[in-house]
Amino acid sequence: MEDTSCFHCGAPCDLEEIRYDGKPFCCNGCKTVYQIFQDNDLDYYYQLEGAPGNSPASEKGRYDFLDDPLIAERLLEFQDASHHIVVLSIPQIHCSSCIWILENLHRLNPGVYSSQVDFPKREARIHFDPEKISLKDLAGLLSAIGYEPSITLEDYSGTKKKADRKLIYQLGVAGFAFGNIMFLSFPEYFETGEFWLEQYKGLFRWIMFSFSVPVVVYSGSGYLVSAYKGLRSGLLNIDVPIALGILVLFLRSTAEIVFDLGQGFFDSLSGLVFFLLLGKFFQQRTYSYLSFERDYKSYFPIAVTRLLDGGREENIPVYEVQKGDRLLIRNGSLVPADSILLRGAGEIDYSFVTGEARPVSKQSGERLYAGGKQLQGAIEIEVLKPVSQSYLTELWSDAAFSKSSKTGFRTLTDRIGKRFTLAVLAIAFTAAAFWLWKDASMSLNVLTAVLIIACPCAIALAAPFTLGNLLRIFGKRGFYVKDTESLERMALVDTAIFDKTGTLTTSRKNSIRYTGIELTEQESEVLKNTLRASGHPLSQALYRQLAPYNIVPLDDFEEHLGQGLEGRVADQQIRVGSSRFVRGEDPSAEEGTEVHISANNAYRGRFIIQNSYREGAGRLLERMGHDYSLAVLSGDNESERAFLGELLPPLTPMYFNQKPVQKLEFIRELQRQGRNVLMVGDGLNDAGALAQSQVGIAVSEDAGLFTPACDAILDGRRFSELDAFLKITRKGMKIIYLSFALSLLYNLAGLYFAVTGELEPVIAAILMPLSSISIVSFTTAATNWIGRTLKK
Amino acid sequence: MSVIYLLLAISILIALVFFAAFVFSVRKGQYDDSYTPSVRMLFEDELLPRDPEPENPDHQQNNTN
Repeated sequence: MEDTSCFHCGAPCDLEEIRYDGKPFCCNGCKTVYQIFQDNDLDYYYQLEGAPGNSPASEKGRYDFLDDPLIAERLLEFQDASHHIVVLSIPQIHCSSCIWILENLHRLNPGVYSSQVDFPKREARIHFDPEKISLKDLAGLLSAIGYEPSITLEDYSGTKKKADRKLIYQLGVAGFAFGNIMFLSFPEYFETGEFWLEQYKGLFRWIMFSFSVPVVVYSGSGYLVSAYKGLRSGLLNIDVPIALGILVLFLRSTAEIVFDLGQGFFDSLSGLVFFLLLGKFFQQRTYSYLSFERDYKSYFPIAVTRLLDGGREENIPVYEVQKGDRLLIRNGSLVPADSILLRGAGEIDYSFVTGEARPVSKQSGERLYAGGKQLQGAIEIEVLKPVSQSYLTELWSDAAFSKSSKTGFRTLTDRIGKRFTLAVLAIAFTAAAFWLWKDASMSLNVLTAVLIIACPCAIALAAPFTLGNLLRIFGKRGFYVKDTESLERMALVDTAIFDKTGTLTTSRKNSIRYTGIELTEQESEVLKNTLRASGHPLSQALYRQLAPYNIVPLDDFEEHLGQGLEGRVADQQIRVGSSRFVRGEDPSAEEGTEVHISANNAYRGRFIIQNSYREGAGRLLERMGHDYSLAVLSGDNESERAFLGELLPPLTPMYFNQKPVQKLEFIRELQRQGRNVLMVGDGLNDAGALAQSQVGIAVSEDAGLFTPACDAILDGRRFSELDAFLKITRKGMKIIYLSFALSLLYNLAGLYFAVTGELEPVIAAILMPLSSISIVSFTTAATNWIGRTLKK
Repeated sequence: MSVIYLLLAISILIALVFFAAFVFSVRKGQYDDSYTPSVRMLFEDELLPRDPEPENPDHQQNNTN
């Protein structure tokens, strides 16, 4: 086979190659998109980046619900008669070509006024004229060019998240005040008693005072509030000494200028707050296009098609689905509620919900559970329970989702903060008591000086910068961690639990093997051509696997939905499909995904299709086995027990047929034994376990697509490096300890000045930024150093 | 001698103007997306050498619009 890749999307053209305009395409969809862009003079798209496209999804009627004004109203950000604005989330955005084409949408359709892409969020804000293009057609247009907007229940029910800009304002205010106060205080650092300085120092000092008021009241308010809350609940967190430092700095400086004792420490005060906020800002930078809080809502469709009497169809929001409603579920759509199959052949893929790899065939009258995906053809169902009460959604009522298990965690900084605060207070009062005895007028000076100089700015910066930088390093390498606290918890993990389907295995690649009587050349040829005619995912997988044969027209072809295919060329007849369809036997319980073949009604054999294990999964588990206790929890049946056993280190416990709730309970039991558990999973069936565990990592083929709520998302291609990430996290904690030691040295140097009563403003103004900057550069350099071992 | 008052007033005023500009830019959402604009500024008005044959004046006209 020729080794070409699609000009549009870059995928290998192994299924079939379509030549158009002298360029190879992997499918008709890609070719069509190329044509659309050609016709509209938009082929600059292909010049920006090579093969930037996405293969378009073609499902008619998918966005019909957008015609419903009630639903559309919820999605639109702004609407009047001739101007609508909508913000659509488009996970496929991945490169500059994507930005370009989406911002040139108006060239594809005159109804679009303009569009603007927010790349980090993977969103497009589109202004359009509802009279020329409806929201539905807009979604259709995006779909047709391979940028299918993802519109889920979350968009519908979710309160529009407002950008929180408070930290930026606070940082701006602090930085502004810091700079100006620095200028104003500079003259007094070195020159005292000079004539003009004496004359105007009052003015300068009061201006500095007025600059510092907003720093304390607005920028520093977070620390004051957090310290107050901590104290009220009996916790000495790191914010207590910080708040103490801020308040003492401000009060002493004010007292100094009121009584004309000196220039105060306004510069150090604003600098302190500025650096602290900078640390917070660095820590807060996350991946805004990833969501770590998803529940079933973002997996579910926003609307479904309800069938009314007389064959009419109606789109209703999924929330309004009532018991007894009859719904039409299209090819590739989700079953939104527990229900009974009425008409059509169900071929339901529950892999995401239960971990069961094999799609199940359902006949009319059988029960369907919410969350399954209909793989082939449309079906009609009758709803048994409303969406919020289905088997799947009930998992979310478990206590694990109220996050109680994780909120109790105290960060390293807070744990240190307690001891630190006590030590500082002890030193401050001892020194004050000493001076009270020696020279009472110095006592208050020394007390405040100790509290000022010991303000743990550098300590408070160590963790944010170390972990913040690790987040960034990991993010570049496909491991997206929710926040720095998750990293800290990750360093403490001693037990790792893996899901099987979708986690250890990948849905991207199948391994197919054949057992039975060898097929003849002629049989294989008919088989290949029969498969070619079917759109079923298994047929396609098998089709790709078989050696190329001539394409011959079938004399006879019939597709029995949910059962199999039948094809005939001349006198050669082939049946492909389920065991029941081909040989009239029910499949055994241990059977995996299998496709059976018979030729001229004589049974030949079967293809066994397995999700292949991810590359390096075996070695990863072996390496991790040294440091962690491992276990595998699978929702799948036992068909792969033997195979999995070879892959895992000996004696690794394996549990099969695990329901989502059982997985959750398993983790909870381990935690009762005092373990720190890491759960690695992928689907909704792991959602409970991911939420309950100390650290839940969701493995995803594409980080932009759906992942259940978790603490980190790991790109499937990086799966084999999981242990390296964990190791680096542990090293990161060591860096934090080292930074603590480093900052204590600065504190000791400062304490010398404070205790002896010689703390000049200029010393504080030098020491504070110096300690902060050296901590920041040390942690940044050190994390880059330990991160270098990771592959790019 | 009170020129120092004037100078201080001016310097603080200028500082405040810049501060106001900062607040304005944050409010307008300029800090919400710090990546896309850096890409966007690079592809404005690209004129493609789409048709190598220059004897197609109609097309040239279309492109320059």
